[in-house]
Amino acid sequence: MPHYERAELEQALDKWEASVRKSLSKSPERKQEFINTSNVPVKRLYTPLDIEDLPYLEEIGFPGEYPFTRGIQPTMYRGRFWTMRQYAGFGTAEESNKRYHYLLQQGQTGLSVAFDLPTQIGFDSDHEMAIGEVGKVGVAIDSLRDMEILFDGIPLGEVSTSMTINAPASVLLAMYMAVAEKQGVPFKDLRGTIQNDILKEYTSRGTYIFPPGPSMRIVTDIFQFCSKELPQWNTISISGYHIREAGSTAVQEVAFTLANGIAYVEAAIRAGLDVDEFAPRLSFFFNSHLDFFEEIAKFRAVRRLWAKIMKERFHAKNPRSMMVRFHTQTAGCTLTAQQPYNNIIRVAFQALAAVLGGTQSLHTNSMDEALCLPSEEAVQIALRTQQLIAYETNVCDTVDPLGGSYYIESLTEEIVKRAEDYIKRIDEMGGAVKAIEKGFIQREIQDSAYKYQKEIEEGARTVVGVNRFKVEERLNTRILRVDPKVREVQIKRLRELKGQRNNQEVERSLKRLRETAEGEENLMPTIYEAVKSYATLGEICGVLREVFGEYQPTVTIGR
Amino acid sequence: MEQKRKIRVLAAKPGLDGHDRGIKVVATALMEAGMEVIYTGIRQTPQQIVEAAIQEDVDVIGLSILSGAHDYHFPKVMELLKEKGVEDVVVIGGGIIPEEDIPKLKECGIKEIFGPGTSTREIIRFIEENVKRRD
Repeated sequence: MPHYERAELEQALDKWEASVRKSLSKSPERKQEFINTSNVPVKRLYTPLDIEDLPYLEEIGFPGEYPFTRGIQPTMYRGRFWTMRQYAGFGTAEESNKRYHYLLQQGQTGLSVAFDLPTQIGFDSDHEMAIGEVGKVGVAIDSLRDMEILFDGIPLGEVSTSMTINAPASVLLAMYMAVAEKQGVPFKDLRGTIQNDILKEYTSRGTYIFPPGPSMRIVTDIFQFCSKELPQWNTISISGYHIREAGSTAVQEVAFTLANGIAYVEAAIRAGLDVDEFAPRLSFFFNSHLDFFEEIAKFRAVRRLWAKIMKERFHAKNPRSMMVRFHTQTAGCTLTAQQPYNNIIRVAFQALAAVLGGTQSLHTNSMDEALCLPSEEAVQIALRTQQLIAYETNVCDTVDPLGGSYYIESLTEEIVKRAEDYIKRIDEMGGAVKAIEKGFIQREIQDSAYKYQKEIEEGARTVVGVNRFKVEERLNTRILRVDPKVREVQIKRLRELKGQRNNQEVERSLKRLRETAEGEENLMPTIYEAVKSYATLGEICGVLREVFGEYQPTVTIGR
Repeated sequence: MEQKRKIRVLAAKPGLDGHDRGIKVVATALMEAGMEVIYTGIRQTPQQIVEAAIQEDVDVIGLSILSGAHDYHFPKVMELLKEKGVEDVVVIGGGIIPEEDIPKLKECGIKEIFGPGTSTREIIRFIEENVKRRD
């Protein structure tokens, strides 16, 4: 290993910069300043001088070892590729079940369930607020009966299932457990994830039901219940994805996600849990956006930052409590309705960044998502994009191939520092819940979103096919549409269910649920009983709404 | 000299979808262009939107939906406006709305639909050209 004198290197660099500056008058650079989405100026060149303050063993280290900058497993993709997991679901449980079987046949390795909005907000399909929304952005689930159809023929002991469900996560998890019980699969064998990240719903995604207090109680009840009953289940997926989709920068995505993470850990500790009892089952979810190197550095920065938070702030002892295991999805907000085939390429770059950043699972968006629900063909191309990266590019043959790059390491550290500054500010406000109630996080995100849009409109940011390289075209000719009859089908099924089930048993289970909600015991066992009595999602959430009340959002715009 | 009344806009999210990035960006741009914007927040029923529009005496209603429920909510808002005898409000919409749905939405009285990639300047221009000033 060559050893330069620092002074010697500095001198040589100065000399090189001087000669470059001279040539700039003749051949100027494209821009005066190069700045990434997080406002970090990007230098012309990075050298060993940029990472000389970064002690390798403390800050970078080895894969599978603290602080996990280079990855959470020692062999990473040399052992096994990431889980290829396409988010899917629409219409009725029957239609979605068919799509899941198709995806598994195509070589997908995990399921990811999209629920429709009424389900996500705890309304049955026959609720007035559900009109127009049933089965639209995901599958409609009203009761255990729908869940049984959704997973028909899918062995729950063998697949891992991720469910994008937050406010009513406890109810959908209970339904999943009930299906498993009917299949004869023990709870300890169930693998999967519920999103269960309510805090980002308040700032970015919008499917909240209850106010923060009771919501945090439900979250910690799930942590506690699963640590005993479902030891392989990821009890939460602390999500930066939607924060980024709502318009945040990469640094804000890291900072706000980890600030939310801190709030969950604190709540669970306050509820009397030991940190190493629940923290190994926390998982994360990030966005993979367009700025290729910034995204790779972001994933590495998250791992280092969270490891330190868990060790230093929460005194975790188990290394698994310090690991950021994360799912990634490519950035839906970067897809364009114009020239939709270009989206295939955007997604490929973003997917590659996620892989080079060490993701544990990945959803690649379909090229038609700026127009409609993805068609089967578009989903296949999206999945093939991941398979191409895995099987044809050989980028997976060594661990963290970009580690050691002067640029990547320096950018990783820059993101860590800037995210730490934000987390400090949020700490000073009293934590993430307080920062959300004040509207701070919402305002930061919307300001960044506006800045991004302005850059596009002023031409400072290019969107190929939208503000440059445009063509005359007719948008979206073939689109997948959800049959508007879905709501009728669901309502009919609900009516049948209410006629067939033991309604006294339902009454009893809902009464017990109310008592538990009013008290302090863990909610999960009573929710499980209610689900098994075929109480509907709307009935269960209705009881909880009455006891807990509903969240009133902080207005952060207009007057 | 009497000052010209600012154009008043109700930015509204009908339905259950929480994707409010777009509507907030548009609302901010309209405010910067000198309009007065009232944002309803997410999860509004068509009834709530129409009531707010009447109460706030707006010139424009901007509706945004990304869940695909525009086929129910947009016509419903128009129907309720008609019921209440409101005819001078310019209603525009945005979101993920398939092109083939646009003629039907326009038929029921939506003045224009702005899809993904629309510049906020285009929306500002459209509003300025279509609102009859009530000085």
